[in-house]
Amino acid sequence: MEFREPGTITIPNPQKVFRLVIIGLVALLLLVIVVTSFYTVGPEERAIVLRFGKMVGEPRMPGLHWKFPYPIETRTNVKVEHVYKEEFGYRTVRAGVRTQYADPAPYQGESNMLTGDLNIGHVEWIIQYKIHSAPDYLFNVRNVKETIRDASETVMREVVGDRSVSEVLTVGRSEIASEAERKLQEVLNGYGCGVDIVTVQLQDVTPPEPVKAAFNEVNEARQEKERITNQAWEAYNKAIPEAEGKALRMYLEAEGYRTARINRAQGDAERFIKFYQQYKQAKTITKSRIYLETMAEVYPNIKSVYIVDEDLKGIVPLLQLMQGQSGKGGRQ
Amino acid sequence: MNKVYIVLTVVVVLAIFVLSGSLYTVSMIEQVVVTRFGKPIKTIKEPGLKVKMPFIDKVTRFDMRVLEWDGSPDQIPTGDKKFIWVDTFARWRIADPLKYYKRVRTEREAQARLDDIIDSVARNYISDNNLIEVVRNSDRVFTVGGEDNVQTDVPHIEKGRMIITTSIFEEAKKAIPEYGIELVDFRIKRVNYVEEVRRRVYDRMISERKRIAEKYRAEGKKNKEEIDGERTKLLNRIESEAYLKAQQIKGDADAEATRIYADAFNRDPDFYLFTQTLENYKSSFGADSTIILSTDNDYLKYLKNAQGAR
Repeated sequence: MEFREPGTITIPNPQKVFRLVIIGLVALLLLVIVVTSFYTVGPEERAIVLRFGKMVGEPRMPGLHWKFPYPIETRTNVKVEHVYKEEFGYRTVRAGVRTQYADPAPYQGESNMLTGDLNIGHVEWIIQYKIHSAPDYLFNVRNVKETIRDASETVMREVVGDRSVSEVLTVGRSEIASEAERKLQEVLNGYGCGVDIVTVQLQDVTPPEPVKAAFNEVNEARQEKERITNQAWEAYNKAIPEAEGKALRMYLEAEGYRTARINRAQGDAERFIKFYQQYKQAKTITKSRIYLETMAEVYPNIKSVYIVDEDLKGIVPLLQLMQGQSGKGGRQ
Repeated sequence: MNKVYIVLTVVVVLAIFVLSGSLYTVSMIEQVVVTRFGKPIKTIKEPGLKVKMPFIDKVTRFDMRVLEWDGSPDQIPTGDKKFIWVDTFARWRIADPLKYYKRVRTEREAQARLDDIIDSVARNYISDNNLIEVVRNSDRVFTVGGEDNVQTDVPHIEKGRMIITTSIFEEAKKAIPEYGIELVDFRIKRVNYVEEVRRRVYDRMISERKRIAEKYRAEGKKNKEEIDGERTKLLNRIESEAYLKAQQIKGDADAEATRIYADAFNRDPDFYLFTQTLENYKSSFGADSTIILSTDNDYLKYLKNAQGAR
């Protein structure tokens, strides 16, 4: 034990200092070891472990893992199951039952592009991708997201640049999307990004604002053409069966006429023949009989019958006289 | 005793000092140039734990990865005098870090070099070619074109976008290696009309569309007329054919009837005449008729006497 004399400075005990330093270092070391030796990998993740900067082993699967503490080994978790999305020409502010979109004005540059017929089109699209190879994704390309976006814009313009504005607006959509997907994957593979393009999908594809009205006019005109053509066909399809119906009726009437006529003829003929056959057997007497029967029927119906003796001449003037009087019939 | 501890402390501290000065790591995304007294002595591209001379050797790190370059959008006139905005981008990497260290050193400097080279090569190629070559890839025939399109106005391309892009890439690539840089890719990201040209293009598009709309309407009218004409024609045909057929049938019927009658009546034409005339008498003379008969009439034969004589 030393006495502290006033005015003197106490030099700390080197032994104590040394011990303190050692204890401090050891404590620090233990802390670093514990904190940086254990790590978890989430269900949609893999972890890449670097030993002194160099990758060791395969990407680690989900779960709790141990590694050498920092700075010996470091790790980076990469979401390999997650589907990332990039939007072009617009931005979603908040997705939901009623999704909200940002003002598209700043993104017009992304969506305006030239078509193969040197017209201007407005194409919005999205891409979705997954990280296919975690090491590639982490180590090959700086700023993978920007690279993906640049490549996607380029590829979309290449594909759209080969199509007419009409194709882009209407029937070409799915073809454009799948070709863009294919080409984009090619380009990104060329850089070694380690991403897998899941899908490319066109969203709103429209003509530029100033020409929209004219494009609508085309649609309307096309529909008008359809409508008029269909109307004409309708009239046609209505008239023809009607006419055929009439024709059929005409035919049936003629057939009816034919049947009636022939039947009647046959009836008359047969009647005559039978009659004739009877007549043949007693010609003269039958003839006389028929005659008398007929005349017996005819004469009574006649209004006035004048019977003049055949020897009498000059009947005509008499008749004239009689005509003068009111001619009520009667036998004279 | 104290002295030992002091010495130990100093030794430990010194050891840490020296160790930290002689060990270093190179990560997966780095490549390194080691210089001694300012003079480069080696290049390291393999990642891992490395050793160097403490304090004397200095480590300069460079990126190993594919790096970005984005050309600032620029107005360029095409071969056919169309003014367009062209936005390009490229990807590059530091292939030879030593050369890079000597010639360029910083990324900012590298970007500037790339600007100079790539921009000028791109500008040359674009102003040498017509706009259509920069936009289209192939001579693919527009399909929907058929009805809707102004196919006639689109000329054939000789080279196309891909070939021009590749040409720019190849030429720029050649000029770059002296900086220790390797050009990995070059692409034309965007091509757009400048403002005044855009107005004109809109006008063109509008009149194009109006023309197409007119065409549709005209086609509609034509269709209607064709179909209506067909309809009338067919109706006439059906009607006249039906009439013809009906008349034929009736004619045949009449002929057949006549034949039947003739057949029957020809057995004894006189008898027929007789019976038919008598039938006619029945219907010819009626309540309005007046006839004059002579006694020389078979029916009145017996009027004068029983013998039927005159």
